[in-house]
Amino acid sequence: MTTNILEQAEGHFEMFQVLNEEGEVVNKEALPDLSDEDLKELMKRMVYTRIFDQRAVSLNRQGRLGFYAPVAGQEASMLGSQYALEQKDWIIPGYRDVPQIVWHGLPLYQAFLFSRGHFHGGQIPEELNVLSPQIIIGAQIVQTAGVALGLKKKGKDSVAITYTGDGGASQGDFYEGMNFAGSFKAPAIFVVQNNQFAISVPAGEQTAAKTIAQKAVAAGIPGVQVDGMDVLAVYAATQEARSRALNGEGPTLLETLCYRYGPHTMAGDDPTRYRTSDLDDEWEKRDPLVRFRKYLESKDLWSEEQENEVVDKAKEEIKAAIKEADDTPKQKVSDLIENMHEVLPPHLKDQLEEYREKESK
Amino acid sequence: MRELTYVEALREMMSQEMRENENVFLMGEDIGVYGGAFGVTRGMIEEFGPERVRNTPISEAGITGSAIGSALTGMQPIVELQFSDFITIAMDQLANQAAKLRYMYGGKGNVPMVLRTPAGSGTGAAAQHSQSLEAWVAHIPGLKVVQPSTAYDAKGLLKAAIDDPNPVIFYEHKLLYKTSSEDVPEEPYSIPLGQADVKREGEDVTIIATTVMVHRALEAAKSLAEEGISVEVIDPRSIVPLDEETIIQSVIKTNRVVVAHEAVKRGGYGGEIASMITESEAFDFLDAPVKRLGASPVPVPYNPELEKAMTPQTEDLIRAVKDTLNRE
Ligand SMILES: Cc1ncc(C[n+]2csc(CCOP(=O)(O)OP(=O)(O)O)c2C)c(N)n1
Ligand SMILES: [Mg+2]
Repeated sequence: MTTNILEQAEGHFEMFQVLNEEGEVVNKEALPDLSDEDLKELMKRMVYTRIFDQRAVSLNRQGRLGFYAPVAGQEASMLGSQYALEQKDWIIPGYRDVPQIVWHGLPLYQAFLFSRGHFHGGQIPEELNVLSPQIIIGAQIVQTAGVALGLKKKGKDSVAITYTGDGGASQGDFYEGMNFAGSFKAPAIFVVQNNQFAISVPAGEQTAAKTIAQKAVAAGIPGVQVDGMDVLAVYAATQEARSRALNGEGPTLLETLCYRYGPHTMAGDDPTRYRTSDLDDEWEKRDPLVRFRKYLESKDLWSEEQENEVVDKAKEEIKAAIKEADDTPKQKVSDLIENMHEVLPPHLKDQLEEYREKESK
Repeated sequence: MRELTYVEALREMMSQEMRENENVFLMGEDIGVYGGAFGVTRGMIEEFGPERVRNTPISEAGITGSAIGSALTGMQPIVELQFSDFITIAMDQLANQAAKLRYMYGGKGNVPMVLRTPAGSGTGAAAQHSQSLEAWVAHIPGLKVVQPSTAYDAKGLLKAAIDDPNPVIFYEHKLLYKTSSEDVPEEPYSIPLGQADVKREGEDVTIIATTVMVHRALEAAKSLAEEGISVEVIDPRSIVPLDEETIIQSVIKTNRVVVAHEAVKRGGYGGEIASMITESEAFDFLDAPVKRLGASPVPVPYNPELEKAMTPQTEDLIRAVKDTLNRE
């Protein structure tokens, strides 16, 4: 009797998958209704983003980029979820989630300027519905409850999606954000990209919960664990979460199981200190690009030429974007002063004059 | 004697204490095999195991609150917050809890906790990883605030902080981790909190500087000496408690004073030190207004040149000293 009570507390959460590691459909009913063009577009974006990641890593090593958190291994999780959005939806990203906001419309050169700490990297174009990547873990999650509440109050037919990691799901803000959005029935989607590590700490040390998805239960919202290396599963789950949100049914939590192939950031992390190459190999077998390529090839939708085209295009555009970032005027002290307040307080006016004078020489 | 880096001095002190005292244990993000973001705890999990060098979930409020709870029941936690900017997330636990519990329990509940955390700019870590927020915690009665500027001081002050039965916020500086002192004794020693150190003696002007600014003040003093200006450099080492006497006596001797810290000048602790001086018997000895140096009131820029521009550098200290002497 008593043991039963405790057993009930253990939720059972099964990983949602559409394509297996061989690129075979294992869940026909869940196969999202995507045109051939859409399927190719998804592949294109993943290939492009893998190249972007390689270039960003090497530009960083050459000292030509600043802060960068590698994304290889997380393409399906990032881009499958973003692809389920519409332009009017809002993205509230973490520091790693640059690809989603770029594909939502942030010009690539601005993403590079963000990396370099140039203020223009934070100047989101007027019509683009994204916030700048969050550095403080958890802060974006409570903000998302507010973004979603705002969308609901203004009667916008759109949703707010936010991203954090397995580590971020330990932060108080994570629970508070989900609980708020649940209580408000706000149109929010909370994505936890469980890439197995928070810097050096394995996901299993963050929590005694078997899944992060089950953390939704306490907030009274649905939670799903998704194969984050399967772009179709991520797309389908996000699409369903989005429909629920638009129907006024409130937020959803998605946990996407994925892996960060590279270091935590380019600021000197050495992953061999905390994980084995066996684990790396195990995850690379599930690679999102390999799997989806197999699937598309089986449908005669993808070829080596197509892939090469994307690679070349990515390289060219990245080169152009870096040039544009290089050509952007350097930031000045007077810029910093001006960026602080909408209306400059009197005590800063003198300083501004002083620096403008110096800078004009 | 032995040369040791700031990082090594901290690690050595924690390890020595942990060998002696079962109640001492560490909590923080990535402090296990990773050794912490700045390598301070590297190798410690191998010696003390994961129970005593405890990697935590990412939750600064959780780390600090659970440290307080364990401290109330007799443990002596040493917490590491990965960057001191994240203290904002732990602030209820520090300001409303750790600082006040002994008082509210009528003296019957101690929180013997040390919270170690790196502060400061100069490493290109940008607006949310570079601040110096020590004035926030210094404002709260019940918290002690320590800021070692050398490896020698780091070891001795950490010992005093661990031994202290009340909560101590222990600010380390990212730029100082790799600096070393040539005279760090191997055996544990304690530097009492509230005991300033005269880092250089002088006659004409006193500079009161904290943490990384101590080194810039010493450089400034060296260069000013070539111009015949003799500068005394005082490092308070802890701002709460503050060694008022050493400061006052120095000002009575030199009659001129510059207070320098890396934190934003407005609302910075330098204002407190300056007022303390003008309220004291040293006031009558002042031959020039007390001069304060601190960062500009802007977020710390990521760009290294702009980052430098917002924080006082050696040249700014030289200029300030000359200002108090009315010299060009
Ligand atoms: C509040 C806060 N605490 C700590 C950090 C330092 N930090 C940056 S990333 C990171 C690990 C995050 O891991 P996870 O949430 O799993 O995301 P991932 O980096 O794996 O994508 C930590 C501890 C921070 N930026 N903010
Ligand atoms: Mg992670």
